[in-house]
Amino acid sequence: MAQRQFFDEMSGLGGQSQTQGQGQRQAQQQGQARPPYRRIAEWLRQTPEEQLANKRREAEALYRRHGITFGAYGSADGHETTIPFDLIPRVLTQEEWRFLERGLIQRTRALNAFLNDAYHQRDICRAGKMPENQILLNEQFVGLAQGLTLPGDVHAHIAGIDLVRVSADEFYVLEDNVRTPSGVSYMLENREVMMRLFPDLFQRHSVLPVGRYTEELLNMLRAVSFNGDREPTVILLTPGQYNSAYFEHAFLADEMGIELVEGSDLFVDDCRVYMRTTRGPKRVDVIYRRVDDAYLDPLAFNPESLLGVAGLVAAVRAGQVNVVNALGNGIADDKSTYLYVPDMVRFYLGEEPILKNVPTWRCDKSDDLKYVLEHLGELVVKEIHGSGGKGMLVGPTSTKAEIEEFRGLLRDRPANYIAQPTLALSTCPTLVERGVAPRHVDLRPFVLSGKETVVMPGGLTRVALKDGSLVVNSSQGGGTKDTWVLGA
Amino acid sequence: MLSSTAKNLYWMARYIQRAENTARVLEATNRMALLSNSDREWRSVPLIYGLDADFAERHPSPTMRDMLHYLTIDEANPSSVASCFRAARNNARDERNNLTIDLWESLNGTWLELQGMMRGIGDGIDFRQFLDWTKKQAVMATGAAQSTLLRDDAYNFVMLGLQVERADNTARILDVKYHILLPKGERVGGSLDYYQWAEVLSCIGAYRTYRRVYSSKIEPWRVAELMILRHDLPRSLLFCLGQVDRNLGELAELYGARGEATRLAGKLYSKLRYARIDTIFQDGLHEYLSDFIRGNARLSEEISRQFLMG
Repeated sequence: MAQRQFFDEMSGLGGQSQTQGQGQRQAQQQGQARPPYRRIAEWLRQTPEEQLANKRREAEALYRRHGITFGAYGSADGHETTIPFDLIPRVLTQEEWRFLERGLIQRTRALNAFLNDAYHQRDICRAGKMPENQILLNEQFVGLAQGLTLPGDVHAHIAGIDLVRVSADEFYVLEDNVRTPSGVSYMLENREVMMRLFPDLFQRHSVLPVGRYTEELLNMLRAVSFNGDREPTVILLTPGQYNSAYFEHAFLADEMGIELVEGSDLFVDDCRVYMRTTRGPKRVDVIYRRVDDAYLDPLAFNPESLLGVAGLVAAVRAGQVNVVNALGNGIADDKSTYLYVPDMVRFYLGEEPILKNVPTWRCDKSDDLKYVLEHLGELVVKEIHGSGGKGMLVGPTSTKAEIEEFRGLLRDRPANYIAQPTLALSTCPTLVERGVAPRHVDLRPFVLSGKETVVMPGGLTRVALKDGSLVVNSSQGGGTKDTWVLGA
Repeated sequence: MLSSTAKNLYWMARYIQRAENTARVLEATNRMALLSNSDREWRSVPLIYGLDADFAERHPSPTMRDMLHYLTIDEANPSSVASCFRAARNNARDERNNLTIDLWESLNGTWLELQGMMRGIGDGIDFRQFLDWTKKQAVMATGAAQSTLLRDDAYNFVMLGLQVERADNTARILDVKYHILLPKGERVGGSLDYYQWAEVLSCIGAYRTYRRVYSSKIEPWRVAELMILRHDLPRSLLFCLGQVDRNLGELAELYGARGEATRLAGKLYSKLRYARIDTIFQDGLHEYLSDFIRGNARLSEEISRQFLMG
């Protein structure tokens, strides 16, 4: 197979850009960095590698000492490793960001409109834009959420939209996350650590701040209370310290100054939710839950769950407590619904989608399946309900045996899979064992929807630390970078 | 404040204390073993913690190293130092947003160091060094709590855990040691070995204190008086219960309500305040201490019922 050409965000080399001028391309061939990276490149030239290595050790110590850990299920020592943090920031221009921001807000508004419609009249099905079974037969569909009218009609209050870049001017949405997206604490902590380690870099750049996220989050949570007449009590519900994202739960609760609770701290009486305190029961209005639907209420879902609160769903239905994100959001972000998102934008907003989907084959269609089986070596195959980079096949980097295993899986349960071309994910300079080298990245910006829809400038950049790897998930050996959006 | 938060803070403090207390007892026992040829002292240690049956089951013909291993780094024993540090750190981790950075980092650091030590141990652990380290880490965590925590309800729950655990420990040491040390039929104040009583004092770090307070030879009834009734010794029963009474009083004021725990603490404290050592001996020291241990355990249950279960 021919060597793939990847777009490098610093050098500007690789990728197929349509707008790049001849002069610019020449400048880049001669080793000049793209404008947003000029000062980063200069800084990398001036800073001895030894010094960078020292700073990296300093950063690692900071993360470990603060207990900023991430437990990937199934790691050798059970849990609690720190996610590797890369010192070299990923930089976006203001112009690039404006474009992404408009696209992200548009997409999130469409997803919210869809969720509200899907649990009410399902106009989109009546209009013939989506088969009703796509909603009703989806494993993630929650019958108990049917007909539920939520404050502001918002369902996806917090959305993490994963983007990838393939050239100077082409971004794709890889997937939407509207259940309980995680990672925002790394966006915030990475910035804190960078500002502490490299204050001089921030003097040389105008970087838009992201620190207001938690305040915006709290404002949003307070705004979506059913009980508008009283001062809302907002809490964060965590599955507990053995959850891989526990650090993030504690961090966000702390930053917002709200209680971090587990299911056993709550009880429901007469469709009202209370938390147990040393002063007695206290009424709760809004629950930012980081517990999945299936474990949220043993009376409504998995009866074995000890993580949830018995009667919580009834309380939501009675309009006594709101949960964020809403119940049953999984119908909007699985990999088969993904195909319909551009149509959602057109149907609900009457606009053309700003952000593009990656071309996708649905294996439950026989023509698509035939194509996929013939081209397994070139494609990425994903489970429709999979997450965290598990249960997927990356054709070009897989062995014959792995490909044959997936061929069997696809034949047995084709409706479980979709396939996409192997995207030429852009690369960013990254500090690796032997100096600075390009590594593949993606970007997860966080979109908040309450009274209005807002995005913090930047997001979480995930980086595949292994040479050539396209899998950026932290559970698969990925790291993170601080993401800069440059000011005017 | 969440009931579960109060519960975590209370137990975090108890576990830190328990680790420190265990280290002190083992240190004193270690020293004693160097001085005497008898194995009665070290064999009695699991009994202090009510772990004698479990220990005997795991080690049918135990050596002193077995006992040390069991109470320090054996994670199968939920009361070992390692288990206590792990539990304290887990309690703290649940409440990291309710703790100061100093306290959290102290406990997390202890746990990380412990992980490292456990990996490198093999058979060649230097128990003396481990016990030194344990004491140091526990004192540092307690110090971090005392010097950085906001004096609110959270602080009171931490201090309650600390004092209840200390009182329990002091009473158990005295009770077990008194019985082990005193052979059947021996009169109190008889010809018991001076070193053995010195060891009891060392268990609560009060050997020099005894010298300073009494400037006399070590006599059993004075040791008991010091450990039970001394108002200014931080590990005496009277001192601990005085603090418990004060912490519960502050909570009652803060919450505008007094409960069963508050009443019970007041009762236990008063009983100690007006006790006399000669009457205690007349009625039987063992009976008195057993009574206290039961009362203190009930107090802990009432604290749970009133605040920690919600």
